[in-house]
Order: sequence, then structure tokens, then C-alpha cells
Amino acid sequence: MSELDSLYREVILDHYKNPRGHGVISEPDAQAEGQNPLCGDEVSIAVEFEGDTIADVKFQGRGCAISQAATSMLMDMVKGRTAQEVASMSRDELLEEVGIPLTPVRLKCALLGLGVLKVALHKGKGTPLPEEWAGLDELELT
Amino acid sequence: MSLVAVTAQPKLDARRLRADFPIFEQSIHGKPLAYLDSANSSQKPRQVLDTMRQFYETSYANVHRAVYELGVRSDAAYDGARQKVRGFVNAETTGEIIFTRNATEGLNLVAYAWGLDNLGPGDLVLVTELEHHSNFVPWQYIAGRTGAEFAALPIDDNGELQLEALDELEARGRVKLVACGLISNSLGTVNPVEQLAAWAHERGAIMVVDAAQAAPHRPLDVQALGCDFLAFTGHKMCGPSGIGVLWGRRELLERMAPFELGGEMIRKVTVERTTWNDLPHKFEAGTPPIAQAVGLGAAIDYLTEVGLEAVERHEADLTAYAWGRLSEVPGLTLYGPPPDRRAGIVSFNLDGIHPHDVAQVVDSEGVAVRAGHHCNQPLMTSLGVDATTRASFYLYTLPEEIDRLVDGLHKAHKLFS
Repeated sequence: MSELDSLYREVILDHYKNPRGHGVISEPDAQAEGQNPLCGDEVSIAVEFEGDTIADVKFQGRGCAISQAATSMLMDMVKGRTAQEVASMSRDELLEEVGIPLTPVRLKCALLGLGVLKVALHKGKGTPLPEEWAGLDELELT
Repeated sequence: MSLVAVTAQPKLDARRLRADFPIFEQSIHGKPLAYLDSANSSQKPRQVLDTMRQFYETSYANVHRAVYELGVRSDAAYDGARQKVRGFVNAETTGEIIFTRNATEGLNLVAYAWGLDNLGPGDLVLVTELEHHSNFVPWQYIAGRTGAEFAALPIDDNGELQLEALDELEARGRVKLVACGLISNSLGTVNPVEQLAAWAHERGAIMVVDAAQAAPHRPLDVQALGCDFLAFTGHKMCGPSGIGVLWGRRELLERMAPFELGGEMIRKVTVERTTWNDLPHKFEAGTPPIAQAVGLGAAIDYLTEVGLEAVERHEADLTAYAWGRLSEVPGLTLYGPPPDRRAGIVSFNLDGIHPHDVAQVVDSEGVAVRAGHHCNQPLMTSLGVDATTRASFYLYTLPEEIDRLVDGLHKAHKLFS
């Protein structure tokens, strides 16, 4: 398998073309957005809680295949888990799921959604702010 | 009797020139390197690398303070580079040639050292939507600091400046400064700087030109442009990074306060007061990028030998070729003016594929292109896009590299369809 085929493996392209959890929540309990000024990737995420559990989570965004596919995969991964669990989720857990070799530049694309989600959880449940934020200071998470 | 002079257009042999650039000796992802990102930074010929190495190995010392032999050699090399730059832009004296870190620093120097003392409420600072952030943000910031108005001249659908909008913008204040790039770094638009300079001068304003995308690619003449300041950088024109040039009119530079303060830029320092050194040293505080300046001098020699007219013509041929080939790619949108009114820079988007993905796919073919907003966010907003993919050409670019880009774009199209 060539480097390119492993980067744009079928599951990435599938998530990019058919993103899961894409859309809006009409009255979200928390939301956040972020962008990668380097390439203009944008992601906003809205969360609905039942107690501490993430009952629903939806994202909207535009950007490269890696950022949008990774956020789509993230939506599948976090629904039904508690805010505290997800806030302490390591970046490696997402990167394993994404499962592709990433250069430092593209790593920021892949982790944008996770950073934004953790900011939303912080706003909604006071969980710690993402460690990804410190490591990826180019990202603007609000 | 009149004779019709048939002058052969100067042509360059890109294939032969490539042999001067060691970077092309390697392969990338198993393929020859097609470097189509020279508007970002150019590759370096052996002549420049050898000159810098030889300078370090035989002549290096700090400049303008050593009395020993190496100091003499170092001074000669550094001041010699300044002489070369003077000729390169057709400045009147070397006192008008200020070495900076890059074009950005040159523009910031004018913004701070001229802007802070000459701008105020009621004044208007005018830039354009095409500007690189380096010729946009300093003016926006200094206008804000001084209470001056700040406005950007809009572009039309071709990515060319709407000069007819000048009258309307002028109503917003006393025009004190106009800042414009000679060539757009995203669209390749060649701006009518002479016209803008004349317009600015009629209103008593000064004209600042960002020549970062012009200096590497076509002959420059500050007298013909009629501007007051002009900045460019070494790393885009076969020279090293860390060296740039600001040219300014002597009478303006003499009246300006210094920008950075410290060693070299002083005449006399006492506890009571400090006086400033003569031009250009007044604006060169601290140990300058010495070997980088020497490298820039070597780059100027190299470009002069190749011939900037020939470079310009080579790139015009490549741009026309690229325009035709790219137009064949399904779902591809090209931005900016037609090829006969632009320099060797082409920005485009492929339907439904983010430029980062486009650049990644073509990289797998050994083709290096830039993807992003190119430090041109106001322009991207005006174009209604987040980012573009950009291919840019130089004296070592071959038509078959454009073919390989087009093949890569077809591959991206297939992968994402």
C-alpha cells in the first residue's frame, strides 16, 4: 500500500464524504468551535447531556478530509460516554481510530475536533481544558 | 532608410540551470522533485551556497568594527553586497539600501519609523485587498495606534485592483500613505504601482511597495516605479533566508526616527543623549546578517547573469502553458487575471477537495505546491474561499513539472470522487 493510499484509506474517505453526527442540535447544553488558522479548517460541536452522559453530539465544519473525517469518527466514539471520560480521553485513542500516518502539520487537522469537543465539555460540565490545546497553540478554540 | 532591428528575445535554458541547484539531485517519494512553490521560497544555486561557505571559511569577522585583516575582508564583502543591491534596484546611493531580516521587517520599519510620527486622526492609510499580511497588518496596526483611518482598495472579478474606487475611498481622510504589492503572491496580479504612486504623490502621500514577489522574477527600478519605499526578501530570489532589503528615498530616511536601537546605529552615546549614525547604518542596529547579505549579493550576480528579462519571459511561457493545462482538469476553478496579465503564480481550487488534501495527493507524486490562505486572508474573503492551492514557477521550472501537477490533480479528483 502506498503512503497516499494509507493516508486516504477508505474509511477516512468514507467519513469525509458521509460524515457521522453531522448537523445541529436545536437547543444544545454546550457548544464550542475552533479553527486551524494554518489551513482554515473549522469545526463547531454541540452537545446534549443526560446527567453527565453525552446523549447527543453533532458537528459542523469545513476543511480538509483529515480534519472532517477525524471529527466524524470522534462523534461515533463519544456518544453515550460521560463528559469526564471524554475529557480525559487521550489524543492517542482518537489517533488510533483514525489509524493513518500523520505529519505534524496534518496532526493538527486530526486533533481539531477533539480539542473543540473538550472545550464544549469544559463549558458544559467544567471538565479540564484539553491538553491538546497546550500542544497545538496554533489552534484557536473558543 | 530605416532598418528593422530584429532582436532575439532573451531565452533561458531551465534544464541547464537546474544543474546549479543541488536540491534537484534527490528524489521525493521515489519521484523527481517538481518544486512548484517558489513564491513561498526559492531553492538555492550552488553559486550562492559556495559563496557563503567560502566567505565563512576565508573572510568572516564582524563588520564595521574590526581593524584586523579579516575585518577588512568582511567589510568589503558586506558593503559590496550593498553595492550590488543598489544596482539591482537602481537606487541613487547605497545609503538608501537598508539590510533587514526580510520584506516583513522592511515594511514594519516604515510602519513604525515613518508611520508613528507622520500619521494621526483624519489621515488615511490605503492598502489593497491583494496585500500579503506583511503589507496589510503593520498598516492596520499603526493606523489604529495613531488614530488614522485604514482602508483597502477592492479588487474586481479578475483579481485586479479597482482603481475607480480610489475616489470614493479618498473621502475617508487625508491620504498619507498608499501601500501596494507589485505582484500578488496569491493571484500573480501585476499591479499598476506607477499609477498608484502618481496618484499618491498628487495628494502629498507616500507610496510603499512590497516587491517580494517581483524582485526574484523581473527587472526592478525604483526610479521608474516612482515609489518612496520598496521592500523585498532574499530567500525568494535564490538567496538565503534571514536577509531582506528596504530601499527608501534618502530625504525620507534622513527625517525618520530610528526603528531598532543599539549598537552600530549610533554616532555618539552619552548618559544625557544619543545621536544617530548616517544612513544606512541608522537603521541597522546590532550585528547584521553578514553572510546572508553576502549570499544575497551572490544571488543578485546569479540572476543578473541569467538575465531577469529571460526569467520573466520563461515564467510567462510557463504560466500560459499552466493556464491551458489546468483548464482541462474537471471541477477546477482558477482565480485571478488571465495569463498575459499575471506573473508566474497560479491559484486554484478543485471542487469538493480541500487544498490541503490536493497538496497532499500531489506531494505523493513528488510535486510540491502550497495550500492555504497564503497570508492573504482579506483576499480569500474577497474570493469567497477559505484557501486555495497555489503553484508558482521560477527559472528552474520545466513544463513537464506542470504536466505532473495536472496528473496529480486528476489523481486527487479520482480519489475523492
